[in-house]
Amino acid sequence: MTVPSWRVAVPLAALVLLAAPLAAPAGSPTAAPPAKAPAAATPPAQDIQAEPPPFSEGIFPCSQCHGKAGDPTPRQLAFHDDLQAELHHGPPSRWCLDCHDNGKRDFLHLINGKQIPFTESYELCGQCHGDKYRDWKVGVHGKRTGMWNGKKTYYLCVNCHNPHNPRFKALKPEPPPVKPQEQGR
Amino acid sequence: MSQHDRLPIVQDAAEGCEAAAPPSRRDFLRTAAAGAVIAAVSGCKPDAVVEELQRRHLTELSKDRLQEMLGKLEKKWSAEYGKDVKVGLRPPMPGVNFAYGLDLSRCIGCRRCVYACVKENNQSRKNPQIQWIRVLQMDKERGVSLEHATPYYNPEKVPEPGHFYMPVQCQQCRHPPCTKVCPVKATWKEPDGIVVIDYDWCIGCRCCTAACPYGARKFNWAEPKLPAAEMNPVTDYLGNRPRPMGVVEKCTFCLQRTRTGRYPACVEICPVGARKFGNLLDPESEIRQVMDRKRVFVFKEELATEPQFYYFYAT
Repeated sequence: MTVPSWRVAVPLAALVLLAAPLAAPAGSPTAAPPAKAPAAATPPAQDIQAEPPPFSEGIFPCSQCHGKAGDPTPRQLAFHDDLQAELHHGPPSRWCLDCHDNGKRDFLHLINGKQIPFTESYELCGQCHGDKYRDWKVGVHGKRTGMWNGKKTYYLCVNCHNPHNPRFKALKPEPPPVKPQEQGR
Repeated sequence: MSQHDRLPIVQDAAEGCEAAAPPSRRDFLRTAAAGAVIAAVSGCKPDAVVEELQRRHLTELSKDRLQEMLGKLEKKWSAEYGKDVKVGLRPPMPGVNFAYGLDLSRCIGCRRCVYACVKENNQSRKNPQIQWIRVLQMDKERGVSLEHATPYYNPEKVPEPGHFYMPVQCQQCRHPPCTKVCPVKATWKEPDGIVVIDYDWCIGCRCCTAACPYGARKFNWAEPKLPAAEMNPVTDYLGNRPRPMGVVEKCTFCLQRTRTGRYPACVEICPVGARKFGNLLDPESEIRQVMDRKRVFVFKEELATEPQFYYFYAT
């Protein structure tokens, strides 16, 4: 059977399209990576284009109020009492400075003391939730939008889970379908 | 053979003979019918009617003929819906076989996917109400059991305690019973795994609807109601273009999106990230990662339809 010419042309065109980003400089916004590097081996930081972390309005940067390191003793706060009241994450002994850094106030910190920006908070979450972190890095946990074969928007843990109260909240469902006997009325 | 331009279906020997021996019975009947219609209906352009009735199967049309046909549809619907409607006929991408994953341990039954699909794919809004996705509420104690499932749940908040949710849509089977029973080959499986329907070729016999074990195929019992303001103008001939009354439709993995590299609408709307989509032939794709790591099953496995739609439990 002869193959019509356009059927050949389409794969060829696709090849050209796929090859183009290889020649383009790395980080070019139009470059859709044709063959991704093994996802598990790459740190997700390079691929991620997360939406900004969902801060309450006017709360960030923290350094606009917290000029220097504060009292690290766990206690009932007078100001961030609303956040403290809704804090349901892990054991009751959980305290702000377990995750937020006291020295560099606009940063978080890992257990080993490494300071990380809010945009890389997944590293912090992954310390305890390693299984989820592993799944999230390869796209099994969490949500991605954009292109299945190219540029994606990843969502940070905190885009879906409130870090202070991470349990997913119940939603109002959309309306149920019309029953067959009600169709046409 | 050069006429067989766009080529998703495998032709059997009988059909090949029919095409080779003019004039076939079908050609004859079609011409006769065209004559009868023209005689009966005054005021319409005879040429257009004859042309429509004499059209050959989509896979037998030349590229020029296809372009002409799509152009006419674009013109017609642009006028009807008052926007710049595009009707594409995107070919399957080479080296791609689509598969879908749905995480039953995450789905909360909020039906956001149902309505995102309706909007993207230009389904009839009501009378007839057509929805390609049906979310079943099931009992945790009984597991996946259709006898104890309902799509009509409507509480204040989901998920309800003691229940889980199983959205069902076209499973894009590798052995689709629906395409086998179609008497006119109006529906077929494409090389990228998507089962498509030519709505202009469908005769509305609903054999496919009866053959589908998943209830995925929906029939337009009345003229579809698609408000012009809500019409999605980016369409595909085999996908989300407006449908006439009396034809069958179903999920196409949003081929107008996925064949250009985008995720399906249901994947992008899901608030819990329960929906996964990708190329089964790419070991790094999300769907392959799911299959490598999680407990995966297919719905009604015993029927040997071999779906390309996988349910899994991430936890």
